[in-house]
Amino acid sequence: MSYEFLQEYWWLLISVLGALLVFMLFVQGGQSLLLQRDISDRDRELMIGSIAHRWELTFTVLVTFGGAFFASFPLFYSTSFGGAYWIWMLILLTFVIQAVSYKYRGAEGNRLGRETYDRFLIANGIIAPVLLGGAVSTFFYGSEFTVQMAKLTNDPEVSGNVISTWGEYHGLELLANWRVVCFGLMVLFLSRIQALMWFINQIDDKDVQKWSRRQVVLNSVVFLVLFAVSMYALFTATGLKTMDTHQFQIIRYRYLLNLIQLPAAMAAFVAGTIMVLAGIARTVLKPGFRRGIWLTGPGTVLIVLALFWIAGYNSTPFYPSCTDIASSLTIYNSSSSRFTLETMSYVSLAIPFVFAYIAWVWYKLSER
Amino acid sequence: MLTAVEWSRAQFAMTAMYHWLFVPLTLGLGLIVAIMETVYVRKKLNPATAQAEAAEWLDMTKFWMRLFGVNFAIGVATGIVLEFEFGTNWSNYSWFVGDIFGAPLAIEGIFAFFCESTFFAVMFFGWEKFGIRQHCAATWLTAFGATMSAWWILVANSWMQHPVGMEFDPDQMRNVMVSFTDVALSPTAVNKFCHVVTSSWSLGACFVISVSGWYLLKGRHTGFAIRSMKVAGVAGLAGIMGTMISGDTSAVQVTKDQPMKLAAMEGLYEGRPGTDLVGFGILNPDKKWDNDEDAMLVEIKIPRGLSILGRHDPDAFIPGIKDIIEGRDIVDGKEVNTVNYSERILRGRIAQKALRDYGRARECNDMVGMKEAREKLAKHYRFFGYGYLGKVDEAIPPVAMTFYPFHIMVILGGWLLVFLCASVWILFRRQEWMKFRIAGWQVFPWLAMAAAPVAWVCSQCGWIVAEVGRQPWTIQDIMPVQAAISSVGPGNVKLTFFIFLILFTCLLMAEIGIMVKQIKDKK
Repeated sequence: MSYEFLQEYWWLLISVLGALLVFMLFVQGGQSLLLQRDISDRDRELMIGSIAHRWELTFTVLVTFGGAFFASFPLFYSTSFGGAYWIWMLILLTFVIQAVSYKYRGAEGNRLGRETYDRFLIANGIIAPVLLGGAVSTFFYGSEFTVQMAKLTNDPEVSGNVISTWGEYHGLELLANWRVVCFGLMVLFLSRIQALMWFINQIDDKDVQKWSRRQVVLNSVVFLVLFAVSMYALFTATGLKTMDTHQFQIIRYRYLLNLIQLPAAMAAFVAGTIMVLAGIARTVLKPGFRRGIWLTGPGTVLIVLALFWIAGYNSTPFYPSCTDIASSLTIYNSSSSRFTLETMSYVSLAIPFVFAYIAWVWYKLSER
Repeated sequence: MLTAVEWSRAQFAMTAMYHWLFVPLTLGLGLIVAIMETVYVRKKLNPATAQAEAAEWLDMTKFWMRLFGVNFAIGVATGIVLEFEFGTNWSNYSWFVGDIFGAPLAIEGIFAFFCESTFFAVMFFGWEKFGIRQHCAATWLTAFGATMSAWWILVANSWMQHPVGMEFDPDQMRNVMVSFTDVALSPTAVNKFCHVVTSSWSLGACFVISVSGWYLLKGRHTGFAIRSMKVAGVAGLAGIMGTMISGDTSAVQVTKDQPMKLAAMEGLYEGRPGTDLVGFGILNPDKKWDNDEDAMLVEIKIPRGLSILGRHDPDAFIPGIKDIIEGRDIVDGKEVNTVNYSERILRGRIAQKALRDYGRARECNDMVGMKEAREKLAKHYRFFGYGYLGKVDEAIPPVAMTFYPFHIMVILGGWLLVFLCASVWILFRRQEWMKFRIAGWQVFPWLAMAAAPVAWVCSQCGWIVAEVGRQPWTIQDIMPVQAAISSVGPGNVKLTFFIFLILFTCLLMAEIGIMVKQIKDKK
């Protein structure tokens, strides 16, 4: 296996984990719906009950996504996490409060009260998809950082010894970028639609079904507007092309060109978009249709895969620097060594078995 | 004013200490619940056993499983913060050794954490949907997943304490892995895993014994309490014995690989053949490595104890802090020059300059210059990290923060061994002794109730010794903390420190409240 193949293989695995993470954010989408005031307490409990068994899996996918990124592209881990400090800290904070909430909210002796934990769930449900979506969008729109390896040599003529440096706002500046915010909101509304599809599929209750279908319409309208705007912004955006390890050329419509030049990405994007739209349309138009999640779920996975591919393949730096183009990260200049990638690739062969037992457990737990 | 390095250290230490309140309980209680459920399944499937007896074991399993579940959630919540803090607060570190360090974390996620969290869902929500054998297997797999998770995390931690299986690549300006098996199966990792996991078994057991002790004191659920204590007593005794054995091996490894840590653990400044072990002591705060003050204000010594502990030889020389700084050691009766710290700093700076020269030569495509720089770098690289230090004093860990936790850990660990031995004896042979009183004070239930806090203090002290004792190194001899950080300012880290401190404290209080309620209201 060549080094380039291993680097591309690991980007593929990161794409798969990222796509699964976005799909699993339906748990967060469901939590964000708890903010709605037109739900009875009974319906609220039914909804929470249907996603309560799933939070661990979203959490685990997030941990694995982080671990896999660390193992395969440590320079990204070092640059993004240490730089966009506040974005990642806020994401962490909301996942911490989510992790305890399902178990503690209904427990006797719960001193903070059920409402507090419900607020925690809502906070995680809204903030996590927006910030994770926003963080992913920086793969296209870039961030303000520089990378100087030479600082590790403790050179007395160079100030500071931290290789990755950022602006003073440490990630908060991303919230002032409308394209990043729009992308994050799109992920939030997508996760809400997925959650509604999940409720329709899982909860045998007329009131919940009726409410969920009504909400699908409202959330889909918002999602489709955000999706259209985000995709327009993405496909008209200027991107970079790698000429040499640290040399890049600015290219107009970079991501649209990538989509055209990568047939697999184009196929995944088109198929995914059709599946998401079909899932929404059939759920809205056919009152007895409950399998929308089986269309929107895989559709979401395909769209996210396509987005990761156009971000990192075809000689595109997946983490462009807006401050110093030469510092931009590609899957080739930010990856682990060949030895580590190869070793980890053997480890990754076990992933299908892991997914198999997760699917079996999921199936058994979902049996009525 | 604390610097960003100090706030980052404080934040990581605080997160790790909170995390370590929950994880050993998950590891220990997971094992005990799995044992209880196995007994239940055996009794349930055995036609000769009364079903009422099986129901009692099911009741025990479910009760301790509920408490396990309350603890599990907060354990994973604090764990994810630790993983991401390597990136957020230690970004130089993440690049410099991410090639090696990231792998165990990824493997933990792929294998252990998925296993743990998937079967955790079966444990709690699968009673009606899975057969009893399948459910019992899920409980074991949850405990196994948690233990495997600990394995990979400890592989990562051990590698920081004793880096192996890697080499420095000047072209990439980082360390790269050259042997996965050396990293994954290093003797330090194997021993640390044994030490941590067995100590966690004893902590989980002490938790069960403490709660059961409260029931005994109140005269409630005594049958349940005694059965629980029997399972926990045996698991805890096995655990504490394993901890002692692996602790002994650990002392030998620390003596060999991290002599400065051992010296700090013992407050030892000047060694000699047949070095005594301080059983109890109060450090002299005025003592420095280069003055003639006595190291201790008060001490009770065990003759030749440290030589036996560190090198399994009553006559062995154990170097003190001054010896190490001055580069003096005696191995097998022969004086050995271990390179004094002034020279290490000098050689570290030579290595760093060689790396700069290598980079410049590469830019100019100067092959001769690259070769020379590379050779010089390879010659001095083992002291690379010392080049970041200003003076030798910076290479000494905080002695008091290492010495006192070490002694507290040893004393409390010794007490737990005695207590668990006695408990098992009483529970299986002399149950009437459980009612023994002194001046109306019920001795056994009260001692049982004290077991869990003692085990927690002991466990926390163990990690303080391991982590404070290796300061200033994030990676032993290669990267000190001040070279490992991110570019985040101290104000940002200070704010997140207090946010997490308040959050973790609130969640801890919430967890305790829920557990206490569930214990009190047991039907």
